[in-house]
Amino acid sequence: MQPAVTVENMTIAYHKKPVLREVSFQAPAGKLIGIVGPNGAGKSTLIKGTLGLVPLASGSVEIYGKPYLTQRKLVGYVPQRESVDWDFPTHALDVVMMGRYGHVGMFKWLRSSDKEMAMSCLEKVGMADYAHRQISQLSGGQQQRVFLARALAQDAKVYFMDEPFVGVDAATEKAIIALLNELKSQGKTVLVVHHDLQTVKEYFDWVLLINLRKIAFGPTEEVFTYDNLQKTYGGRLHVLNDMGPALLQG
Amino acid sequence: MSHSAWIILIGSLVASSCGLVGCFLILRRMAMLGDAISHAILPGIVLAFLISHSTDGIVMLIGATIVGLLTAFFIQTLHASGVQSDAAIGVTFTALFSLGVVLVSLYTSRVHLDLQHVLYGEIAYAPWELVSFLGLELPKAVWMMGGVFALTLTVVGLLYKEIKLTSFDPQLATALGIPVVWIHYTLMGLVSMNTVAAFESVGAILVVAMLVIPGATAYLLTERLSFMLLLSLLFGVSSAAGGYLLAVLWDVSISGSMTTFALLQFVLSFLFAPRQGLLSKWVSYKMMQKVILQKDK
Amino acid sequence: MYMEFLVALFQDPNARWVITGCLLLGLSSGVLGCFALFRKYSLMGDAVAHAALPGICIAFMLYGSKSIGIFMLGATIAGLIGALCIGQISAYSKIKPDTSMAIILTGFFGVGIVLLTKISQSGKSSQSGLDAFLFGKAASLVGSDVEVISVVAFLLLAITLALFKELKLLCFDPQFGRGIGLPMGALNTLLMLMIVLAVVIGLQAVGVVLMAAMLIIPAVAARYWTEQLNGMVILSGVFGGLSGVLGTVLSAITPNLPTGPVIVLAATFIFLLSLFFAPERGLLAKAIRHLKLRQKIISENLLQSLYDLSEKDFLQDQSWKQGYTLDQLHQLRPDHKSTMLRYLQRLEAAGWVSSKGANWALTERGLQEAYSVTLNQRLYEMLLIYQARYGTLNLQEESRKVQDFVPETTLNELQGLLLDHQRKPQLTPFLEIRFDHPYQDHYNEAPTKGGDL
Repeated sequence: MQPAVTVENMTIAYHKKPVLREVSFQAPAGKLIGIVGPNGAGKSTLIKGTLGLVPLASGSVEIYGKPYLTQRKLVGYVPQRESVDWDFPTHALDVVMMGRYGHVGMFKWLRSSDKEMAMSCLEKVGMADYAHRQISQLSGGQQQRVFLARALAQDAKVYFMDEPFVGVDAATEKAIIALLNELKSQGKTVLVVHHDLQTVKEYFDWVLLINLRKIAFGPTEEVFTYDNLQKTYGGRLHVLNDMGPALLQG
Repeated sequence: MSHSAWIILIGSLVASSCGLVGCFLILRRMAMLGDAISHAILPGIVLAFLISHSTDGIVMLIGATIVGLLTAFFIQTLHASGVQSDAAIGVTFTALFSLGVVLVSLYTSRVHLDLQHVLYGEIAYAPWELVSFLGLELPKAVWMMGGVFALTLTVVGLLYKEIKLTSFDPQLATALGIPVVWIHYTLMGLVSMNTVAAFESVGAILVVAMLVIPGATAYLLTERLSFMLLLSLLFGVSSAAGGYLLAVLWDVSISGSMTTFALLQFVLSFLFAPRQGLLSKWVSYKMMQKVILQKDK
Repeated sequence: MYMEFLVALFQDPNARWVITGCLLLGLSSGVLGCFALFRKYSLMGDAVAHAALPGICIAFMLYGSKSIGIFMLGATIAGLIGALCIGQISAYSKIKPDTSMAIILTGFFGVGIVLLTKISQSGKSSQSGLDAFLFGKAASLVGSDVEVISVVAFLLLAITLALFKELKLLCFDPQFGRGIGLPMGALNTLLMLMIVLAVVIGLQAVGVVLMAAMLIIPAVAARYWTEQLNGMVILSGVFGGLSGVLGTVLSAITPNLPTGPVIVLAATFIFLLSLFFAPERGLLAKAIRHLKLRQKIISENLLQSLYDLSEKDFLQDQSWKQGYTLDQLHQLRPDHKSTMLRYLQRLEAAGWVSSKGANWALTERGLQEAYSVTLNQRLYEMLLIYQARYGTLNLQEESRKVQDFVPETTLNELQGLLLDHQRKPQLTPFLEIRFDHPYQDHYNEAPTKGGDL
């Protein structure tokens, strides 16, 4: 079966300093994949490079075997929360409808079917009652759910999410994971930049360990080992020494 | 149509068209960039006049728009090479504006412009400068500003989703394949054209007022983008009408009064807007204090 | 002819006043402009200058006749109110700072224009003194005006000198300043006040519309020559003063030309010179450096690619001496093929690479060099990967060899990490020499260049 995402030899540098070096992997379809690594290791950059948000020094990305640029409609994106203007005059439903812009095309306006779909996406994340609430009036967890709904509205086959669980309450986190699993059951692939090592085993089938280079990639039970974690997190070896065995048992 | 009505019409066209594109400048935090472009097009206007030896609208429109786009590009380049963004803006527009002022002063005898005109326009004379087009004889300012307004409405209408998304979440826009840079320069082009067309009527500095103040007034009154745009059109028209009346009353500069009126509207909005206004915030703060004190009892 | 005119100009006492005045205001706005730049108050200066117009008009209306002191007072009060409003608007509403700046700038200016035209209706001839405030009319400066300007300018410079350390802290690390008990808030307010004053004294010569330029342009120009605040402040002051003088003199030569724009253009000229020709930060210097770095990177990439391919084959017991094609090298580290070819030929001329048909192979000397480069790169990568631990080292200097800026213990650790990650370069020059030459030759061989483990 064709891999959902194929990244080949991706190298990215910011201001002449390499952030990612020769990263290659093939993500199988229908899996929940966690991307972990220390801060500044290139996790967000990997996603941004894949989506064409930052220039690549070298490398290529394919979605289901075809170059990414031709497959944009199949890819959904949930960015980090800070990158948005919260005072913007828009409400939750409006934000979700933005997810349909890729499908509708330039110079055209949205149809009522788009609005209905957006509404159903809001229902899926439990935010239907807040459809007409201005976004700055929502809590952190609610905002995250709206962005998730937006990604759902994109109706993609592959989803990239950048730290969706940061600053989110426990209930919302459970809701998000349930949603991701539902996506998985529909055969979709979800790649998630994740910050919390303790939940990796519970949430993700496969995991990609990144620190400048790909340290390891594969099914979580095989790849999420103490050695690999040491290599990935190097500078924090002393922390892992205490937590290590606990992490791997959980 | 009476002289006054023409002036109010022209003023309304200026304020509405500028207000429309200005809303997006506000949302994109590019108000000062708009200010910069409105100043920087001056040498473009002068050069276009000197080269073509006419005050033909189309030539000036094109020439100054090119200068406006180049200005945006130059500021961007300067910023990319390490100069902080406010300084990049400051350097570029003051240098270009100075150049424009020098050109105007040196070639005053030949040019229809003069320095006062540059700053605050000559809207009072506009209704007398008639131009025939398609069998209709209207003041030149109405043709120019009306045309640019129509163009602005069309572009904003066609690209509404794209402009909205690139203002709100440029990252998602890029991920969806929307050409973010093109949209940016399209907006800058609209700003340039509006500035040039409005230039004759209200002058370089006060165009910025029309770009920013009605939009800011509307911003505090609504949480829907479509209403914000609509309200800014309305506030633009009211600034034009109210400003003109004040100018006649006190015998002062028309464009100055239009700006003053717009400012007054803004102050009212800032203080009394239903949810965003200062008074409303103070009241809800006091009510919350009361609730907290009640709970403590 | 011009020379005679200039000589006459400098001998005229009036002209001397004017030039002195412009020198001083250029100096003070240059100096304060540096601090404004760091605190991001540059465009605030623009807003304050425009906001000053109604202040000047009201001062005139209240006082009845032209008086520079009164005008400056009015300008200062209006400027401060304007600055205050800008802050309050964005603090108490969702309006962003740039928008509030534009609102106050144009709004106050519009009010000023209304007042200006109102005054001209009243027919007072001294109103022409007010018109000069739009674009500046340095020629209208008389001795008493310059005295006021001088006093204020000296005051500003004296305060700047006295509080230099504190102002520096305000710009770079206000938290720390607060921590050691300095009143950063009051200092900030003082700085704002000083900026407003610097703007106000310049208004007569440069005008409200362009005064902001004198806060911004000399400071930005100075930045191209030095990043140290001390040098920057001095240089910026010099540039400002120079622009003031140059601009005044030039506009004196041409009739009908207001002084403001000419002063600004003089400053812009200095800025452009700095932008292009400043030694380290100028565009020319940067272009040259960039070119050299790119040359180095291309050469090193080629050597590394050759090494990587060779190492891979070597470890699989396959031959590598035959070299590799341009396409293979391109796959590993892509660049323009014509450029790669050109640099391969350069490497060949240097004796590091030899061409064998369509292939390019490392020579023995080339192998030494490639090994050194590859080792350095991989050590550097380890530094990046573990930057949590080594982050205190300056990691931007990719152009230097790792062992040059890293302590011995760290170097050992890094080498250990290389082994852990299986990134230790395995194809060592030693190994090669041992296999190909008899023992005696190896013994006589000169020691290889640095970079060996």
